[in-house]
Amino acid sequence: MPVPIKSTLGILGDNLTKRQSALPLGRRKVIAWTRGLNIPRGGKTVLYTGQMWQMVPAINAMAHQLARYEHSRLTALFGFARSMNKLVNLTPLLARTTAKDRAEFDRRLRNIARLLRAAGVEFGYLYENDLYAGGLAHDEGLDRALLAHAQLVYRNLREAGVERVITVDPHTTNMLRSVYPKIVPEYHLEVQSYLEVLAEQKLARRAPVDRTVAIHDSCVYARYEGVVDQPRKLLTGAGVTIAEPEMSGKLTFCCGGPLETLFPGKSAEIATRRIGQLSAASPQVVTACPLCLANLSRVAPPKTEVRDISDYLVDAYCPAEA
Amino acid sequence: MKVDPQFLTSLHLGGEFDAQRCMNCGTCTALCPLGVEILPRKLFHYAMLGNREAVLGQEEAIFSCLLCKLCESNCPGGVHIAENVRSLRTYLNREVHGLAEA
Repeated sequence: MPVPIKSTLGILGDNLTKRQSALPLGRRKVIAWTRGLNIPRGGKTVLYTGQMWQMVPAINAMAHQLARYEHSRLTALFGFARSMNKLVNLTPLLARTTAKDRAEFDRRLRNIARLLRAAGVEFGYLYENDLYAGGLAHDEGLDRALLAHAQLVYRNLREAGVERVITVDPHTTNMLRSVYPKIVPEYHLEVQSYLEVLAEQKLARRAPVDRTVAIHDSCVYARYEGVVDQPRKLLTGAGVTIAEPEMSGKLTFCCGGPLETLFPGKSAEIATRRIGQLSAASPQVVTACPLCLANLSRVAPPKTEVRDISDYLVDAYCPAEA
Repeated sequence: MKVDPQFLTSLHLGGEFDAQRCMNCGTCTALCPLGVEILPRKLFHYAMLGNREAVLGQEEAIFSCLLCKLCESNCPGGVHIAENVRSLRTYLNREVHGLAEA
């Protein structure tokens, strides 16, 4: 049996309504990345993660489980799992993560904070009020749950006095910049991705990164938000040579990530096609979205390395971390 | 074929639904990474005809769409394909899955 759509989306909607996230992580895991960075609380400009990077280890673990359950009899238990999940958060049980995995993805948020500081951009952070923006609920058509959640997210931002948000991934950028204005009354917020912010700054290169990389454009950055030139400008400035794969820029090809919840098999097929296009251009692949990174990494052949853009940028533009 | 005259109106409740701009040229079908033949133009025409049963029978196709907008970005009719698919999902969640509160 395929993954049951009704029960799976029910769990997602319940989690968003009851626990404010698609995959509720707990406060400690959400803010662990800030340790030692001394980022001030709140402020007019905040770095808003939407918990996307923090969620990736749990998403990977969940995707692994779902791939095992797909087409098995265990899918018959999803209705029961939804009933249980209403009472107890099952995410920690179904999506077990290790400290090492979490540190690996938290590192990208630290990269981004370091890059913004190197560019002289001042920002605060909302800590426990850095809530998930609801992208999956939006995509899957869970509009009631999303509307209530979006209002909560915006209320938190307004009460904290935030006027400008710097985002770290395409999905949160799209939600806060393009979706919320349509569904949240009297919504006023300036929203920019950190790539857009950095591309407007004069960054001093400390060390050139002498690599040739195949660039994978996120569908959401490229086609929803028009973020295509900024990653190229930053990478070129870092000394990186960009190899454009078959299907790039606004014609980019999906990583398969959107299907990993309901159709893990199809998701892997799309990811495999995409990593083939990318690795034909270069065995070094760069992404700018945590979900693209996760989905493409899972199917990457042994000699293909998939890295986040911030890994290259921090090597070029930031002093070594103490 | 049973026609539900209220079906199209119900879809609008889920958001913008502008499939009537579709010229049935097939660009979307040719570009779809999934190669799902029903997505999106045939599905939209079923919706516009009020053929509710034909649409409901395509639940897997509706939830398989990547919302990647490769089709939409190249659509000569300027159809908001991703938003239309989202409207179909919202309808299914509300009317079929019983997830009205979710």
